Amino acid sequence: MLGKLSWAAIPFNEPLPLLSAAVVGIVILAVLATTTVKGWWPYLWREWLTSVDHKRIGVMYEVLGLVMLLRGFSDAIMMRTQQAIAVGGAPGYLPPQHYDQVFSAHGTIMIFFVAMPLVIGLMNFAVPLQLGVRDVAFPVLNSVSFWLTASGALLINASLVIGVFSRASWWGYPPLSELAYSPDVGVDYYLWSLQISGIGTLLTGVNFVTTILKLRAPGMTYFRMPVFCWTALASNLLIVAAFPILTATFTMLLLDRYLGMHFFTNDRGGNQMMYANLFWAWGHPEVYILILPAFGVFSEVAATFSGKGLFSYRSMVWATLGICVLSLMVWLHHFFTMGAGADVNSFFGIMSSIIAVPTGVKVFNWLFTLFRGRVVFKTPALWLIGFMVTFVIGGMTGVLLAVPPVDFVLHNSAFLVAHFHNVIIGGVVFGAIAGYQYWFPKAFGFTLDERWGKASFWCWFVGFYLAFVPLYQLGLMGMTRRLQHIADPSWRPLLLVAEAGAIVIFLGILCQIAQLYVSIRTREQRRDLTGDPWDGRTLEWSTTSPPPAYNFAVLPRVESIDAFWHMKRAGRPAAEPAHEAIAVPRNSPAGFITAFFAVVMGFSLIWHIWWLAILGFLGAAIVVLAAAWRIEREDEIPAAELAPIERAR
Amino acid sequence: MTIAATDRAPTAVSTGRGVHGPASKRIVVAYGFWIFILSDMVMFAALFATYAVLSRNTAGGPSGAELFNLPNVFIETMCLLLSSYTCGLGVLSAERRQPARLFVFAAFTFALGAAFLFIEGTEFARMAESGAGPSRSAFLSAFFTLVGMHGAHVTCGLIALVYLLAQVVAEGLQAAVLRRLLCWSLFWHALDIVWVGVFTLVYLMGGR
Repeated sequence: MLGKLSWAAIPFNEPLPLLSAAVVGIVILAVLATTTVKGWWPYLWREWLTSVDHKRIGVMYEVLGLVMLLRGFSDAIMMRTQQAIAVGGAPGYLPPQHYDQVFSAHGTIMIFFVAMPLVIGLMNFAVPLQLGVRDVAFPVLNSVSFWLTASGALLINASLVIGVFSRASWWGYPPLSELAYSPDVGVDYYLWSLQISGIGTLLTGVNFVTTILKLRAPGMTYFRMPVFCWTALASNLLIVAAFPILTATFTMLLLDRYLGMHFFTNDRGGNQMMYANLFWAWGHPEVYILILPAFGVFSEVAATFSGKGLFSYRSMVWATLGICVLSLMVWLHHFFTMGAGADVNSFFGIMSSIIAVPTGVKVFNWLFTLFRGRVVFKTPALWLIGFMVTFVIGGMTGVLLAVPPVDFVLHNSAFLVAHFHNVIIGGVVFGAIAGYQYWFPKAFGFTLDERWGKASFWCWFVGFYLAFVPLYQLGLMGMTRRLQHIADPSWRPLLLVAEAGAIVIFLGILCQIAQLYVSIRTREQRRDLTGDPWDGRTLEWSTTSPPPAYNFAVLPRVESIDAFWHMKRAGRPAAEPAHEAIAVPRNSPAGFITAFFAVVMGFSLIWHIWWLAILGFLGAAIVVLAAAWRIEREDEIPAAELAPIERAR
Repeated sequence: MTIAATDRAPTAVSTGRGVHGPASKRIVVAYGFWIFILSDMVMFAALFATYAVLSRNTAGGPSGAELFNLPNVFIETMCLLLSSYTCGLGVLSAERRQPARLFVFAAFTFALGAAFLFIEGTEFARMAESGAGPSRSAFLSAFFTLVGMHGAHVTCGLIALVYLLAQVVAEGLQAAVLRRLLCWSLFWHALDIVWVGVFTLVYLMGGR
């Protein structure tokens, strides 16, 4: 009846996961209780859970990403603490089978449920506004995408209390991830949560490619699009090109595990190298899916806060597209040591180094944008400068690792760990936070507190170097990654520095929370009444903060790059007042309900509860078919209703 | 298939290149569906690549040459290709607002698709019974997954066809329904292209 599920699945003998689960459970219950007591459910359901407004969905992605950041970060602190304690004879506090789950969960969560939601959230919020249109191409699909991503996040968190998580690291290499070596539900949690959220991401890619290529304000030709839209386009093209590979690869591993097939097994002709190749054929584009939008954010921030146009817009666009194409040709550098041979390694080594060229173009473009600009050191500008310094260092260690002989020495070491945290924190996370600081006033109509924002930046910046420079050093000293126990006591001082760095980063996160709290408390004094708090250049700043549901009463006419900047210069309003009815997409619960059934299906597949899996699948399918039936999904806001809203602006 | 030629308003409708503003719904929907089909093709590409790598790993079990019944596969292929032809005729009838003809051609399409699935199903059953199921060897895992994934797509296509015909009955051939029929036909033709790949790579190259 309940498959493999029994009381034994709850880790009663392990206090740590139970305790953290209890805390999380209490927080969730408190939130639910408050919502119920205050009677917020109808509002929440109407305005958020069933919303298909790209701005609301963007905000929900950001919330998901930031909440999951706390989860992923607590994994990080646990690992750092274990490595700082378990030196020499000391066993530390995390037994190996638990430590292995922690590093697997850390990587999986940080990539799929922190970085991806943060980046996709920014694209959701900003791209249609920057393009001067009213929504994405497929608003209901967009809601489905979000809720499927949230489903994956929910499933992965369920593994904390019910059963175990994967111990096969965030990429789940077979044969370790095969049934023979991971017979418990851990790998199944990993696979199903990523399959479900991966479908959501793929649909996002389809949606945004269509939006950017087919829905733009009148006059906005390709070379008048803001750079963030270009980077979002490149990123979503990569989603469309790469995520199906991940889906296929995970499907094969699932077939191995569930139906006894032999794609990647040790026996009967299975080939593990196939998994490595396919996984990284997705995995390398994935890092550019994450970093390209961050580059876009920094391009916007650089131009806005130095009060001049982006230096060499065209080379920035071509560099973006160049990276987009090159990123599909370098995957093998993730396993130089796995026997591809010198010729193949040379090719991929050279391709990997070449990516540094367009990236270098970008760095110089940002630099020359700041050069002789009137740089205003608001919080987003600090993140930009912190990024430029940090990311260049990460890029250089990346070029080092792209040289196959060097990689043979450094692969699988703490040096590699330092490298990719250097580019992902210094690039993606800094970019996501810069974008959050930059667009927050647009989303909510009030600015964020500068003092707490700057404090948070300095904590993150200093904490990052404290946490990861020691890892570079330790890697060169021979420390491999994923060590549950440190045999060489001479590594300890550096590990303690790294632990201190993680704590400083934690202070940065606390400052961010304080910033949000303080800003909400003092929001009346920090209202953004102009809609243009930074003296912005692109169209999102031409509408009110927060924008109305329809974004623009009349679509703006675009005549140049930095359209809004030129409108302001010419003293022209962005758009004439509206006098015609506007069609806005109607709310739809389809995404939320589909995701509910997806969770049911995923959970029962993990635990082999076949009847419930079939019910979950049928439920999701019926909801999708029912939602797809509707002919008209749009509500019209009549001109009569529109006029007062517009006058109030 | 002429996506751009139909449903075009008499005035210049934007194609989304930027000068005239957002493209019409018709173009947006068809374009989005193209992108989705491309992503589906990428997924098949991954399965094809896996099959190409694993096709000789028979682990002492039967090889393609011993298992495939090429005459059967030829009939199967003809069913699917013909169904694409009737699918095209059906969509043309729908564009001309001739529901009766649409239903006739759709019935042919459905029957041919179902025949394809039936032949594939019996082949699969025969192989599994003779001890050549998907867990016998890596080659057979890759074979059943690649061909089965295509079959699963055809099954979804048939379900979608019935669904859309029900919609034609209930809602008539209005613009939204017509858009969906066009998208469906894109999907159906794409499955043909995948099958040409399967037929060549799996059966012709592996059946000898």
